[in-house]
Amino acid sequence: MTASQMPLLSAQDLARTYSIRRGMAGRVTNVRAVDGVTLTIARGETLGLVGESGCGKSTTARLVLGIERPDEGQVRFDGAPMPGSGSPGWAALRKRMQLVFQDPLSALDRRLPVGLQIREPLEIHRMGTPAEQNARVAEVMEEVGLQPHHADRHPHALSGGQRQRAVIARALVTQPDLLVCDEPISALDVSIQAQVMNLLVELQERLGMGMLFVSHDLRAVRQISHRVAVMYLGRIVEEGAPDEILHAPAHPYSQALVSAIPHPGKTARRIVLQGDPPNPADRPPGCAFHPRCPVTAMRCRTETPLLKPRPSDGRRVACHVAQGEVAPGHVGQLELS
Amino acid sequence: MADIPSSELGAGQTLAVRAQALLAQFGKLPVLMLIAVTWLGFMLAVAILADLITPYPYTQMDLHNRLSSPVFMGGDWAHPLGTDELGRDVLSRLIASIRMSLLIAFGATIIGAVIGVTLGFVAAHFRGFIEQIVLALVDFSAAIPFLVLALAVLAFFGNSIVLFVCLLGLHAWERYARIARGLAISGNAQGYSAAVHQLGASPLRLYGRHILPNIASTLIVSMTLAFPEIILLESGLSFLGLGVQPPNTSLGNMVGFGREYLSSAPWIMLAPAFVITITALCISLVGDGLRDKLDPTLT
Amino acid sequence: MLHYLGTRLLRATVSVVMVVTFVFIVLRMSGDPAVVIMGADAPPEAVDAFRTAWGLDQPIWVQYLSFFKAIFSGDLGQSMRDGRDAVAVVLERVPSTLALTVPAFLLNVGIGIPAGVYAALHRNTAIDRFVMVMAVTGFAMPSFILAMLLVLVFSVNLGWLPSAGQDSWLNAILPIVTMGFGGAALLARFTRSAMLEVLGQSYIRTASAKGLSWSAVVWRHALQNAAIPTVTIIGFMLGGLVAGAVVVESVFSWPGVGRLLVVSVSNRDLAVVQAIVLMIALTMVAANFVVDILYGLLDPKMQSQTRPARA
Ligand SMILES: Nc1ncnc2c1ncn2[C@@H]1O[C@H](COP(=O)(O)OP(=O)(O)OP(=O)(O)O)[C@@H](O)[C@H]1O
Ligand SMILES: [Mg+2]
Repeated sequence: MTASQMPLLSAQDLARTYSIRRGMAGRVTNVRAVDGVTLTIARGETLGLVGESGCGKSTTARLVLGIERPDEGQVRFDGAPMPGSGSPGWAALRKRMQLVFQDPLSALDRRLPVGLQIREPLEIHRMGTPAEQNARVAEVMEEVGLQPHHADRHPHALSGGQRQRAVIARALVTQPDLLVCDEPISALDVSIQAQVMNLLVELQERLGMGMLFVSHDLRAVRQISHRVAVMYLGRIVEEGAPDEILHAPAHPYSQALVSAIPHPGKTARRIVLQGDPPNPADRPPGCAFHPRCPVTAMRCRTETPLLKPRPSDGRRVACHVAQGEVAPGHVGQLELS
Repeated sequence: MADIPSSELGAGQTLAVRAQALLAQFGKLPVLMLIAVTWLGFMLAVAILADLITPYPYTQMDLHNRLSSPVFMGGDWAHPLGTDELGRDVLSRLIASIRMSLLIAFGATIIGAVIGVTLGFVAAHFRGFIEQIVLALVDFSAAIPFLVLALAVLAFFGNSIVLFVCLLGLHAWERYARIARGLAISGNAQGYSAAVHQLGASPLRLYGRHILPNIASTLIVSMTLAFPEIILLESGLSFLGLGVQPPNTSLGNMVGFGREYLSSAPWIMLAPAFVITITALCISLVGDGLRDKLDPTLT
Repeated sequence: MLHYLGTRLLRATVSVVMVVTFVFIVLRMSGDPAVVIMGADAPPEAVDAFRTAWGLDQPIWVQYLSFFKAIFSGDLGQSMRDGRDAVAVVLERVPSTLALTVPAFLLNVGIGIPAGVYAALHRNTAIDRFVMVMAVTGFAMPSFILAMLLVLVFSVNLGWLPSAGQDSWLNAILPIVTMGFGGAALLARFTRSAMLEVLGQSYIRTASAKGLSWSAVVWRHALQNAAIPTVTIIGFMLGGLVAGAVVVESVFSWPGVGRLLVVSVSNRDLAVVQAIVLMIALTMVAANFVVDILYGLLDPKMQSQTRPARA
């Protein structure tokens, strides 16, 4: 494999379990937040990660960035294994991989003007002279669409969209190779979401960095991603081109997600999922989705399907039914509305 | 914990605007607060200008004029607050004492805050075993009357002004440690801390540049609350003859020596006693006011 | 509950170990312990005997262990002044100190708590203001100043009470009043705010909205809940009482442990100082342990691992 073919980031079979102790009695519950996630991101490529709340998207993002160490599996960045969090090697890597947070207000220190905060990564990694740093801050602020006078403002004196632009500017100031965005728009007003999305799309194209875009909003993911991975209860259940997934989802869970997207003049019926929302502390055996799946077959209750190309068209999906390994179970559970 | 409404700590304000706001606030203070702040300002001015305003050198003896009464007890204006057993001017000694006592209290408060905050941050950063050690130390110093510990250390190591200040600095360290640990832990749980960490920042930068400023107001409040305690502690130890030693003088030290002349020359002791009480009162008033304003959660 | 007791006991033990370690370290850091304890002009044979007895020729950790052994067998060296056993010298002063601190403590609780409760129930009345002014004064006026003012008024000017010594029970009055006032002021202030906080809680408002009479609400709910934080402060006050005894006994020349401590520090009679510090510290640890247990019994939830910060 030559350097250019080698993916920027590759994650193999990541797993992460949290132990939660409840009360003084000290009963420990194990929450398997991420359960065997494998993904790669090439240079200049955007991978979208979708799934409902609590399915382990943020945990995956933290593992990928090396902020947390996976219990199993390995993350490789630029071919080299991820150093332990907090180690000098890890700290040095930070200038090459950056994170954009969900809530810009809490991601910024409200005691400091945003200009100083955008500059901070340059100071931490000792990049350039103070004058060069100032110039770079001005440059990146312009790139994300902030006015120069915004630099002196404190976070709460900016609008939600401006704050998120500041967070993005801080992430981009070191010209990273990988940008991880964890639900960067879900805390923003609907009116601003589109602006920030457009900004991210444009920046990604212009700067050509790799990107992991995490969201529970399939439409946002589709707009920005070159490839989409659908996550359910700690596992990736389907992966493929955005249009394929949006127009012809292969996994029943993806189908449910797609059908939930409101469309003007939409005629297709909405699939309402049955059963309890997923609980990572009480993972069903077999395919984790089977209690809610409209096409559950016997085999789904016992055997966990693997993510692999399906024989018919090569699309990657983790579902016995979609793979054609078993016949769909009773469709009667499909509730049509 | 210390969730200060962001609007209250105006952000984009320039220093001048802030100073103006401060002045405006001053005008709006309740009368009691106004008096307290004025008194403290006066004390501070006395301490700073001590050498300029002192009528006599505070060690200068006037043996013809021993134990002369202050003006309000029939004395003359040569010694407005009277003289002591060696004919030293009480007013001059009072001024020197105010400076010494405030200096010690400032030094000790800062030492205590630095030690406490550092240990609190260390506990919050490492958690686990190290945290338990710090907490055990906190428990230990909270459990034992500080005066007794101080006396033990003074007994074993003898007395010097530097040791004395450091010793007093240990007085409230556990309080700062507890506050700093609690706030740092909750700060660490907040987004900005994770964000700065993931930028690759060293712990030093994270705690010094981000967490400390974010918890500063709470720390300042508890420093204000501990300050009068240190003044009282200093004067108590000096009163017992175990603190500031002659020829230096401090407020407690003056009261201690004035005790011998309680019946014949009570003014020697009354003047510093008055200053101690009023100053401690004013600082705690201001501290309470600050607390109500900045951090009502603190007890 | 058992778990709670266990952790408290563990913490108390840790505190004891730390106290002993503290004294051990301070002792080692200030020079040769044999000389320090026996005094510089003690006969060399005595110093040598002391060295062997305390195992000072042993490695440091053995010394540390035997220090524990010595302490728990009550052997803390001899007083430099009269060569008597340090522990005995201290112990004979204890009754005098108790004669002041016990009544003072009763005064603290007997005045402080009712005053605080009353002030809270009659918020913003003249009496509330008076209590608060007294409370604040009690904090700001150190006990030695209060003591001297009392002497000035009642001994020097009025001539009613003696100012020093231990000749009759009259001698005890001024010291007890001095110590009683400071603690009562602190307790009143604290009780008042604890009461106010409880009274502001929703369950109190619910209880009174349900038609319970106000006095029933106060007795059944408010007082019990306000008692929880108040008990904690009492543990803390014991420390203040001990510190107060040191100062007040010195002012009134009262021959108690506090005065002995000050005199011994001035004379660098280190064996006695060490004995006093250890005794006070162990007493405080024990007292805090008892307070913790009381606290555990009072707090129905018992879920909080840490008890609230001592104010
Ligand atoms: N530090 C932690 N300690 C314990 N449990 C955790 C921790 N972080 C995450 N979890 C649990 O792991 C699961 C996955 O969490 P994660 O934050 O990765 O989900 P998510 O997909 O990002 O959800 P959302 O869309 O709500 O952000 C959740 O059940 C969560 O409660
Ligand atoms: Mg998330």
